[in-house]
Amino acid sequence: MKLSEFVVRDSILTDLQAQTKDEAIRAMVESLARSGGIQDSEREGIIAAILKREELGSTGIGRGVAVPHTKHPSADRLVATIAISKGGVEFASLDGEAVHILFLLVSPHERPGDHLRALENISRHLRNDNFCSFLRQAKSAESVIELLEEADSNQL
Amino acid sequence: MNPPSSLSCDVVVMLEHGLHLSPAAQIVKTAQAYRSSLIIQKGDRRIDGKSMLDLMTLAAERGSKLRLEAQGEDAEQALKAIVALFEGNFGHVSPSDNQASG
Repeated sequence: MKLSEFVVRDSILTDLQAQTKDEAIRAMVESLARSGGIQDSEREGIIAAILKREELGSTGIGRGVAVPHTKHPSADRLVATIAISKGGVEFASLDGEAVHILFLLVSPHERPGDHLRALENISRHLRNDNFCSFLRQAKSAESVIELLEEADSNQL
Repeated sequence: MNPPSSLSCDVVVMLEHGLHLSPAAQIVKTAQAYRSSLIIQKGDRRIDGKSMLDLMTLAAERGSKLRLEAQGEDAEQALKAIVALFEGNFGHVSPSDNQASG
């Protein structure tokens, strides 16, 4: 499973202005809907499901990273988007730090294995300091996609 | 002074959706409450059980067998606490996970 295959290119936000978790999740899901990654009619339901998941425990996993996500019946394949926040988003992370890199995932109910493999893939690359620092400096969706492709082919 | 004790045991992931983010967070939180180190091994991969990113890279699906290794002065208590999470299936009572979890 490759990052550049499930991250929806046109939905990437490299200058997220949101300051709160709710605003960040809303902006990312709206961007996924605009780019056709999810159906527009499912947008509000998906936002609500992701926020409900956050109530169970923050997906801010530390090191300035969050992976908000949900499984949703409208998804027929796993899709993801990325947002970069220069100022940081308050996310109630495990380590209390603000979040600068967000990976948001929407996956089908019946494919829990895909969801785990996507998280595995994202986590593996986020352990690489080069990947995180290049991602935080990315100024355009194109440069993020280039970075994902380099990560996919282990060039970092 | 005695060398720090090292204890290990095997567990199986019974969660329908595998060891996803919220059970992984429970492991990290629990492990961090002890001074002992916690290594989790799946196949030939060994990772730090106190690191969320490390744990997520295991991608442990339902049925995965994991070896837990605690080392330190409170290794026994740490191991017991982590095993209890697996035995209680991380608070999931029915075989099907909550829809919103992940």
